[in-house]
Formats: sequence, C-alpha cells, structure tokens
Amino acid sequence: MQNNIIIYILVMALVTYLTRMIPMALVKGKIESRFVKSFIYYVPYAVLSAMTIPAIFYSTADTLSAVVGFIAAIVVAFFGRSLLTVALSACGSVLICELVMKYLII
Amino acid sequence: MTEVTKNTYRAGLIDGVPIGLGYLSVSFTFGIMASSLGIPFGYTLLISMTNLTSAGQLAGIGVIAANGSYAEIALTQLIINLRYALMSLSLSQKLDKSFNIFHRLAVSFGITDEIFAVAAAKEHDVGTKYMYGLITIPYIGWSAGTALGALAGSILPELIRNALGIALYGMFIAIVVPPARKTPRLLVVVGAAAGLSCMIRYIPILSFISDGFSIIICTLAAALLGALLFPIDEGEKNAE
Repeated sequence: MQNNIIIYILVMALVTYLTRMIPMALVKGKIESRFVKSFIYYVPYAVLSAMTIPAIFYSTADTLSAVVGFIAAIVVAFFGRSLLTVALSACGSVLICELVMKYLII
Repeated sequence: MTEVTKNTYRAGLIDGVPIGLGYLSVSFTFGIMASSLGIPFGYTLLISMTNLTSAGQLAGIGVIAANGSYAEIALTQLIINLRYALMSLSLSQKLDKSFNIFHRLAVSFGITDEIFAVAAAKEHDVGTKYMYGLITIPYIGWSAGTALGALAGSILPELIRNALGIALYGMFIAIVVPPARKTPRLLVVVGAAAGLSCMIRYIPILSFISDGFSIIICTLAAALLGALLFPIDEGEKNAE
C-alpha cells in the first residue's frame, strides 16, 4: 500500500461523521411545514424497506433459505413480536432450511 | 399509545441489546474480510471504532485494498452514507429539550440504520440519556465483533454465519411490519420503496447505480410520494 492507511481511515471517519452531524447540529427548531413533516415521517419506513428489499434475498448462502427467512420474519413481525424474536426467528428458519437442503435433499 | 419512552440510560441500553447482538455477526464478517485483504488488526479495529457503519466500511476497505485515491474513498463514503443525513434530519425532530449542541455533536456520531430505526419508532421524543444508552451496546458489539473476526478468522461454522446474515434484515422487518399493518398508506410507501429498489437492481440500464445511491433515490422517491399522496395531520403521528 503506497497511500497512508491512517489518512484513509481519517477521511472515511470524517466524511461519515459529517453526513450524520451536520443535519442534527443545524436543524434545531421544530419544522412547521406539513409537507416536510410528512416527508420526514415516511423516511424511516422508506429507507428500511429499500435497504431490505431485495438485499435480504442475498444475505444467506442460498436464495431459497433467504426467502424462507424473509417469510418467517414477516409472519412473526405481523403478530407484533419484539425485534430480537423476529430476528432470531428469521435466523432459525434460515438455519433449518439450509440444514434440510444440505443433508436431506441432494 | 402503548409505552412511554423513558429517558433513562438503562432503557436505552435494553433497547440496544438486539442491535448489539446483530452487529456482532456483521462486524465479525467485516473483521474477517479486512484481515483477508491484508489490513492489519489494529487498523481494522480503528476503522470500526471511528466509522460505525457496515456498508461504508466494506466499500472503504475495498478502496484501501485497491490503493484508490483519498478523493475516491471520500466520495464513496459520501454516497453510501448520505442516507445518514436523511436519518439525522428526521431524528432532529424527535430530540427533546435535553439536547444542546454538545449532545447533538456527540449523539450524531452514533446514528446507524438500526439505532435510527429504533429511536424513530419511539412514540415520543427521545432524551440524551436514552440515546447514549441506545448507542452503547451496539458500539461495543460492533467493535468486539470486528476484533474477534479480525483475530480469529472464522470461529463460527459457515452454516451459522450464513444464518446470522439475515438477522439485521429481520430487525428491519420487525420495525416496518407492525405499523404498516395498522396504517395502509404506510404499506404504499414501503411498497414503493421496495419496488423501486428492485427496479434499480434488476433493470440492466439502471444497474450502474450503486447500492448507496439506490437507497437514497428510493428513500427520497417513496417518502415524497407519501408526503404528496398522504400528508399527515397534526397529532396523527402519535396515534398510531
């Protein structure tokens, strides 16, 4: 590596921090515009949805197990379970699915 | 209305536990990848402790390994992490009066997708103590997982690692589904974001758009759609 790794890390950290810090430091009052408020209200749901789909289908070893985990998460979340319960249900379903695929099918 | 957010460090700590657990596996993977690219242990840990972001760090070590320019790494981080600006803006509206400029400068360091999501899902404004508590365990989990991954290479069998890969997405689903079930217009916004995200991913002429940019475009478009079609009424937000 010719470039200095410490400078790389400083640049990364600084840019990442600025994206987080500037809006929070500058926007202090409550925003009054109904349009802007509505927009901000929808941001978390939109961003989580865009980050999850379709990336979730590539998050495990096989698309099939990811689909199984996705469905398990939706069903458990539909019944309003906690974050940890939903996450572990998805992981457990993926594990079972991959075990089945590995040892029972083939 | 169900629970009232208590502005205590302890309440934040408890809410941070599932995030911290999820981060262990993701940062563990990051640690393995960084060490496989030849980045020394101390620097790998330093990246996690100063950046606290999954996608940005993964892209960053890619640029470092390729010996890219400083401008390139800056631009990569900006594009991938610009979503944090939207999250910080959104969260700025939920901070209670205990937030002075010092607390804003400090807490903004810890805004990640998951920490933001949990804070944003709270029915009431959040206080400084709660936010510091919420950030603590994820920060420890992120750093510890990175260290373990970088040191040990692969402790966990591949099967378990694969299964843990879905954990964070499971958390996202747990946050989105319950309110979307009660509020159909949220389903429209969520569906629009997901649909657009798939279009960008699968339509060949759009595939030049990076993952970081894709998230920004989808978020802006879907939230704009929601604001135009279904503007919220005063007080309605808290009734959900």
